[in-house]
Amino acid sequence: MKCTVCREPAVIDIRRHNSYFCTDHFLRLCRDQTAKAIKDHAMFGPDDRVLVAVSGGKDSLAVWDILLELGYKADGFVIGLGIGDYSAASTQYARDYATRRGATLLEVNLPDEYGYDIPSGSKAARRTPCSACGLTKRHLFDKAAVDGGYDVVVTGHNLDDEAAVLFGNVLHWHTEYLGRQSPVLPARRGFPRKAKPLIRLGEREMAAYCVLRGIDYIVEECPMAAGNRHLQYKESLNSVEARSPGAKFDFYHRFLSAAAPAFRIADDDDTLGWCERCGAPCSGEICAFCRLVERATTPQPVQLGPRRRRSPGNAARNEATTQATTASATPTNDRSNAEGHAP
Amino acid sequence: MAGPLRVDVILRRLDIERETVLVIIDGTLVPGDALVPDHATVEVRPVISGGMA
Repeated sequence: MKCTVCREPAVIDIRRHNSYFCTDHFLRLCRDQTAKAIKDHAMFGPDDRVLVAVSGGKDSLAVWDILLELGYKADGFVIGLGIGDYSAASTQYARDYATRRGATLLEVNLPDEYGYDIPSGSKAARRTPCSACGLTKRHLFDKAAVDGGYDVVVTGHNLDDEAAVLFGNVLHWHTEYLGRQSPVLPARRGFPRKAKPLIRLGEREMAAYCVLRGIDYIVEECPMAAGNRHLQYKESLNSVEARSPGAKFDFYHRFLSAAAPAFRIADDDDTLGWCERCGAPCSGEICAFCRLVERATTPQPVQLGPRRRRSPGNAARNEATTQATTASATPTNDRSNAEGHAP
Repeated sequence: MAGPLRVDVILRRLDIERETVLVIIDGTLVPGDALVPDHATVEVRPVISGGMA
């Protein structure tokens, strides 16, 4: 098949556009669609300092590359999350891109600077890994942007990501989340502006962009994300898209134009205070991130004894187990021990 | 599978949604109607990520 624009050999087909593209016209399409999203939603201007939240995956490296190609002043920021070899490899992809491109990459290593990693920290804090990871990243991206004087934090969320989030929010009618689901969030007291310039491009296009631009990225999925709800929503939407090309785009973009304003609620900054420990804005005395750090780095007391109520018949047997556990227990932040299971 | 076969035919036989992968033949990205010859090295690269970018 030939490129729909120039009739040169095509390298990719995009069903929702009913079009084929050669390398040059596909890359131009990606840049044009990103520029249109930035303009349509007034995300940022040519003089703004942009901090790109980089993971080493296709989306964040692609958006960083596109912004640099469009002439924006964009630095990258990567967090070493301590997810074994996966984090080491993904961080290295970010470094390699920055070096090759001559771009500035800021780095924070979670275990070194905050004393925990996502696998153990999420367990200690009794959060799912994706929840602990999201909270950690949001806090550190905000902090890096505020400390570094950046005007906006850009993330690589693409059309598929946003459609999946919308699908989940609608499925459960999370009206508060629907009110905040926007491709650009204005700066608030203590929070930087946030923008998602890839909302007009799907993740297949972002992977193709990286391949065609020669950008190496981590192809493997995060081992902590396997089976999460976000992936299930994407699978459902892709089934619809296969039978009705363009459905995902319409679902999300018509939400933005026709429905989102009805859910919007004003942010009440007057109710926000400042975290006593880190100074970040928060609604209580200690922000959620500092609570996570505390739980992840403080040995938890061990609750000894069986968890379930004992029936009179096995009380004596359980008593013997409790004594044996007591003798071998040591303070630990491992959740299985905190719940009273023998090591 | 014996070639030549179209990319979209191969994906259908493997029960893979076209939207969820890129197909790279001998190092070159190809669209769904490309013909895959015998003995070609084919990479079917997943593009779906579960994290939030």
